[in-house]
Amino acid sequence: MWRVGTVVALHDETPTARTITLQVADWPSHVAGQHVDVRLTASDGYSAVRSYSIASAPNSEGRVELTVERLPDGEVSPYLTQELAVGDRVELRGPIGGWFVWRSQQTEPIQLIAGGSGIVPLMAMVRSRASARSTVPFRLLYSVREPGAVFYRDELQAISSRGGSVTLTYAYTRATPKDWPRLPGRIDASLIAETNWSSKLIPTCYVCGPTSFVESTAALLVTCGNRPDKIRTERFGPTGGRNEFH
Amino acid sequence: MARQAVAMSSTNYDYLDGNAAAGELSKVFAVDITTAEGRCGECGTTKCLAEAHLYMHGPGLVARCPACEHVLLRLVNVREHMFLDFRGMTYLRLDTSRSEEAS
Repeated sequence: MWRVGTVVALHDETPTARTITLQVADWPSHVAGQHVDVRLTASDGYSAVRSYSIASAPNSEGRVELTVERLPDGEVSPYLTQELAVGDRVELRGPIGGWFVWRSQQTEPIQLIAGGSGIVPLMAMVRSRASARSTVPFRLLYSVREPGAVFYRDELQAISSRGGSVTLTYAYTRATPKDWPRLPGRIDASLIAETNWSSKLIPTCYVCGPTSFVESTAALLVTCGNRPDKIRTERFGPTGGRNEFH
Repeated sequence: MARQAVAMSSTNYDYLDGNAAAGELSKVFAVDITTAEGRCGECGTTKCLAEAHLYMHGPGLVARCPACEHVLLRLVNVREHMFLDFRGMTYLRLDTSRSEEAS
């Protein structure tokens, strides 16, 4: 079933990524980690469908936020990030997926690991934790190219410096801020051992990012003693967004 | 450990998670079947369909077993009809208690 969402706000996260806030009539709310399918139809009837993770916490007001990264050769993302304006309408199907989700009833420690725009559904979990007033301890390891490519920077800073129990670690892969203690590089076993929950606590791990990132990170988590059945993954397509098959 | 074995043997990462098929499957199923546990007809691995390797760049969708890459599910849309082939699994175990959450 397709619903109509009206754009009510736009916010640039980085020079290439934009958060789109939609107001959706009869939205049944969602669970953190779910995605939606977005359908755009041209005047000649050609339509394209893409999947995007929901960034916002579940709410009863019919508000859905998506953060879309612009792909240079993309068919849909350049439109969504550059041309879409407040007041425009898009079609949505969802919320979709009951596997890669965090519910506020969960009580175990949570380990989130994001690669690039894979932060989006994990941000929904962090926001959902706050809005549900959950006290479950979260750790977020966010692998990102460089400081300027970080999504939700101020909000993450505020949440993690509140003295609560959300711990944030950045892992820069190409360029670091000045005087950063670690050289740029991919997540490795020592960084996981240093920053993640001990596997003895049996955390549930959520890993989201490009397929190669998810593969290597999930394998490292297993190497570090995590149970494979406690690792949930969400892969993005090779181009950084989920492919269409329509 | 099966996941690792597959990761090392794959040369290109051209698949997503079974998760990504949930929207297309919601067109015809009342419950989210990506959270259903399926047993691979080849190696017997039992996992959620959301954990399958999903190939989306053909004319339809193909979900393969994450342990042995056996084809579990094929889905093709031809105009007003959806063709579904589930014969790669010996069963699917569905949780019907959360059907109200399905889209």
